[in-house]
Amino acid sequence: MVEKVIMTEADVRRALTRIAHEILERNRGTADLILVGLPTRGVTLAQRLADKLAELEHVRLPVGKLDVTLYRDDLFPRKRRLQLRRTDLPVDVTGKRVILVDDVLFTGRTVRAAMDALIDHGRPHSIQLAVLIDRGHRELPIRADYVGKNVPTSRAEDVRVRLLEVDAVEEVAIARDDGADGKEEA
Amino acid sequence: MPERRHLLDLDDFSRADLETYLTTADAMQEILSRPIKRVPALRGMSVVNLFYEASTRTRVSFEIAAKNLSADVVNITASGSSVEKGESLLDTVATLEALGADIIVMRHSQSGAPYFVAERVRGHVVNAGDGWHAHPTQALLDLYTLRNRLGDLAGRKVVIVGDILHSRVARSNLWSLLLAGASVVLCGPPTLLPPALPEGWGRRVQVEYHLDRAIADADVVMALRLQKERQQGGLLPSVREYVRLYQVSAERLKRARPWVVVMHPGPMNEGVEIAPDVAHGPHAVIEEQVANGVAIRMATLFLLAGGEL
Repeated sequence: MVEKVIMTEADVRRALTRIAHEILERNRGTADLILVGLPTRGVTLAQRLADKLAELEHVRLPVGKLDVTLYRDDLFPRKRRLQLRRTDLPVDVTGKRVILVDDVLFTGRTVRAAMDALIDHGRPHSIQLAVLIDRGHRELPIRADYVGKNVPTSRAEDVRVRLLEVDAVEEVAIARDDGADGKEEA
Repeated sequence: MPERRHLLDLDDFSRADLETYLTTADAMQEILSRPIKRVPALRGMSVVNLFYEASTRTRVSFEIAAKNLSADVVNITASGSSVEKGESLLDTVATLEALGADIIVMRHSQSGAPYFVAERVRGHVVNAGDGWHAHPTQALLDLYTLRNRLGDLAGRKVVIVGDILHSRVARSNLWSLLLAGASVVLCGPPTLLPPALPEGWGRRVQVEYHLDRAIADADVVMALRLQKERQQGGLLPSVREYVRLYQVSAERLKRARPWVVVMHPGPMNEGVEIAPDVAHGPHAVIEEQVANGVAIRMATLFLLAGGEL
């Protein structure tokens, strides 16, 4: 495994600051906003954004967590044990502007599942998507509203987001097998 | 990943298997607390409830569980089906296979019937009670209920009182409780106790004929339903004597721990194996057991269908 760091701790911090500003700009303030993170690192990022927004606007937005495991499209047959996590939405999502937060946007299937899961909890006014990394290779017509960094990757590569609260270090790295010939995985 | 295609009994479960179950049930419990108690996980799958013995509680519990996971449910009860015309179990199951049943939940009066079926189907089989042998989902929901109430069960004393000999609930609970670290006392009239106990558990499983002795310092008391037919079979002198010696009453409960949990798999004969004031008293968790049954059965269907058991 060869890893190349593409974002340092400072890069992550700046990206999140910029995303927080973009959220305020696009939504013209904080009214009716709620951040919903997708476990595990999406939740951490959602909390960081809430902290940043509180700094900027002196408003504490609600932060929820949404487990989408039961809404996945690849449940049967499955190759590995699934980790079912708790969903915890502190407020009713009906009428709210929900900002889904995740670390990496890839095929878009997780976000599709997240939207289905969210809509089973109520009828949001709108759903927006904030991700730290967009690595391309979408398989569904899904796009992020807020992106920390666009990172073109090949399918053979793996994007590793590490956050202090979860991994004890903070960085984003791209990993690939030594001697990979650059061919895309089937 | 373990590849258990069926849930037939708990006698080959590991501690890790139990933990997987309980954790999954927690997630399912959260779904049950939502306004829309449904997730699309088992969409497109068919679950057939094949009940040769009467049961409302268990059957409805499985039906709700399957529907909450968006599966399609078909209920087949012995009366009103071809079984009355003499169709054999084998033929019924072959028909279900041909119709593409993904999961067959079955209850049968013959011990071992689900094993017979499991060998002959491509789908998954869940034992919802076979003869006197096993009722794994009941034991799992009992364990889940106790976990929620008492936390870690290691070292806890559980008394199961009643007709143990004919009880699949007692047998399955014995496995799960011992695995979870508890000690179990089986209490009942000598005519209604099994002739042998499982080996290798030492003093963690015992037999006691006197409920007053058994219930001393108990953390949990599980009352089993007394079937009145046992009296006809000569195994009991009279129901009145049974009540005097083996009823779980408020008076007897005073000998147990102050936090004692009273359980019953249902349906209850109030006034026989359990006093009405106990059944509806602060120690009883009977309604919780029923509610937890849905979460456990959702976990069963989900784990089995995904090959995670």
